Amino acid sequence: MVFAHGFGCDQHMWRFVAPMFEADFRVIVFDYVGAGDSDLGSYDAARYSSLAGYAHDVIEICEAMELHDVVFVGHSVSAMIGALVAIERPGLIDKLVMVGPSPRYTDTDEYHGGFTTDDIDELLGSLDSNYLGWSSAMAPAIMGNADRPALGLELSESFCRTDPVIARQFAEVTFTSDNRADLARVGVPTLVLQCRDDIIAPVSVGEFVQRSLPEATMVVLDATGHCPHLSAPEQTAEAIAAFVRT
Amino acid sequence: MSSGDPLGVNPAGGESGLELDDAELYADAPCGYLSTRPDGLLIRVNDTFLGWTGYRRDELVGVRRFVDLLSVGGRLYHETHFMPSLQMQSAVREMAFEIVCADRKRISVLVNSTLKRDAAGQPSAVRTAIFLATERREYERELLRAMQRAEESEAKANLMARTLQATLVPPAPPTIPGLDVGAVYRPAGSGEEVGGDFYDVFQVAVDDWAIVVGDVCGKGVEAAVVTALARYTCRAASVEHGRPDGVFQIVNEVLLYDGDKRHCTAALMRARRVDGAWHGTISLAGHPAALLRRAGATELAEFGTYGSLLGIFPLPRFTAESRRLESGDVLLLYTDGVTEARQGDSYFGEERLHRLLVEVEGGAQEIADLVVDAVLDFQDGNPRDDIAVVVIQVP
Repeated sequence: MVFAHGFGCDQHMWRFVAPMFEADFRVIVFDYVGAGDSDLGSYDAARYSSLAGYAHDVIEICEAMELHDVVFVGHSVSAMIGALVAIERPGLIDKLVMVGPSPRYTDTDEYHGGFTTDDIDELLGSLDSNYLGWSSAMAPAIMGNADRPALGLELSESFCRTDPVIARQFAEVTFTSDNRADLARVGVPTLVLQCRDDIIAPVSVGEFVQRSLPEATMVVLDATGHCPHLSAPEQTAEAIAAFVRT
Repeated sequence: MSSGDPLGVNPAGGESGLELDDAELYADAPCGYLSTRPDGLLIRVNDTFLGWTGYRRDELVGVRRFVDLLSVGGRLYHETHFMPSLQMQSAVREMAFEIVCADRKRISVLVNSTLKRDAAGQPSAVRTAIFLATERREYERELLRAMQRAEESEAKANLMARTLQATLVPPAPPTIPGLDVGAVYRPAGSGEEVGGDFYDVFQVAVDDWAIVVGDVCGKGVEAAVVTALARYTCRAASVEHGRPDGVFQIVNEVLLYDGDKRHCTAALMRARRVDGAWHGTISLAGHPAALLRRAGATELAEFGTYGSLLGIFPLPRFTAESRRLESGDVLLLYTDGVTEARQGDSYFGEERLHRLLVEVEGGAQEIADLVVDAVLDFQDGNPRDDIAVVVIQVP
């Protein structure tokens, strides 16, 4: 099972859910380039100017680790990255789990994604105004002083650590991509996992994803927010477990 | 002094009952103070926050979530970064948001939140302190703009360095009909500063070629200007002068009267084919001699006689030395970035270079690559000086 994090965070997001599958599966978690402990030097603005670059990274990980019959669990934008991988490499992914997916965030005349392009610009502005905070949050990495009360906080700062420049481009790519047409080409059984109240990916968007996929079931969790794997990890794990065991 | 408490403050924390009312301390705290359920629904709000935002308590408590008060862009950030961080580390500090007030105006704030857990460890409530940051945000925006400008300038400077760098060496790998030529140029460090080494291979007439390797002292744009001048003067002067020592006289004069105080070292070899045999004539200007490996020989010969640095002396002395080049001969011209490569206190040195060149096999480009790779390995891949190498092999 490969667990892929979404925009704004890193592999730590899966720390409540992924371990529950370790008894039955080989469990892989990873950071996209720019997030967590990834090698920032590997970032290539051209490669990551579309989700395809991230999809190729997933394929490279699977190939390097010689994975097969992969259950790919993708949160948020990674749900679409998983779809791209399934299309590009038929046979690599056996089952796909999409947690809070959205194939397009901005509205069109006939489609309701939930956001306007102005909203997305505002998000980018929001990232910029946290730019300074992020840089300084990345700086302190003081370890090993048990008598320092601030240690716990300093260590935990490393969760969701993201390079601000890369995060900005990832945000742009994430929130301006349109993968609606790709969904019909996903040839593997897919679980759409959805919170009942999620402003990033509302239930109506989850339903659109389920309708557009050839072979999909949808489970609406009694959870709120965009990260059920953090706010309701047991429910999330149960729903994934029920799907992978069918 | 009648007591140990000159200001009249008693240890219980107040003067005659001041600052003892906890409810009032909460309500009128100098920051906005909110409590929400773990799902974000507001359950308690202090008066300061209501005063800033213009909401009535009954418009917020039990009705709206904290995220509903944010700008839409802020909501995206809240859901994708703030909440996951809070859920994982139970505290989030100094996140910048904009709150949309009752009259739709926005206030810039900094948000600190802590996640409270019950006895079973389950999240029970979120407490959030909110600080006005309007002026600070404006200042930060200026800082951010300055930072972005600095990043742009740096990117431009790097591009310029790479562009200039590209002018110091020929655009295509050099070729001479009837000779096997290989060349490598590797700028110091990460290559984002223009260096002073250069090489050039150019034709003067049929079966008449010039090969030059040089090193201008210093780095940066000023050094690059001198480098370009030296390189092009070599080209121009080689048309009139058949001997490299004559060419160096002109290069020296040009550099001397250029006004820039920089000097330059160089090795210039003229290679001519006469009746099917190649003859090399070389001059050195403050530069290491070329190394010549004769076919089948187990030792190297130095080729070239030491001459004056370029750009310093009004009356420099250069010597031209000629040899017939035989089939199988290998000739290496290099800059001191090779021999002066350092590892701790030890240098790569001439001896190491000699040993390497005696052993290497392959075509001219392979040999050039092997030499530079060895020098880079010696410095853990991070050369402190530029490296330029040209290898000529007679087929």
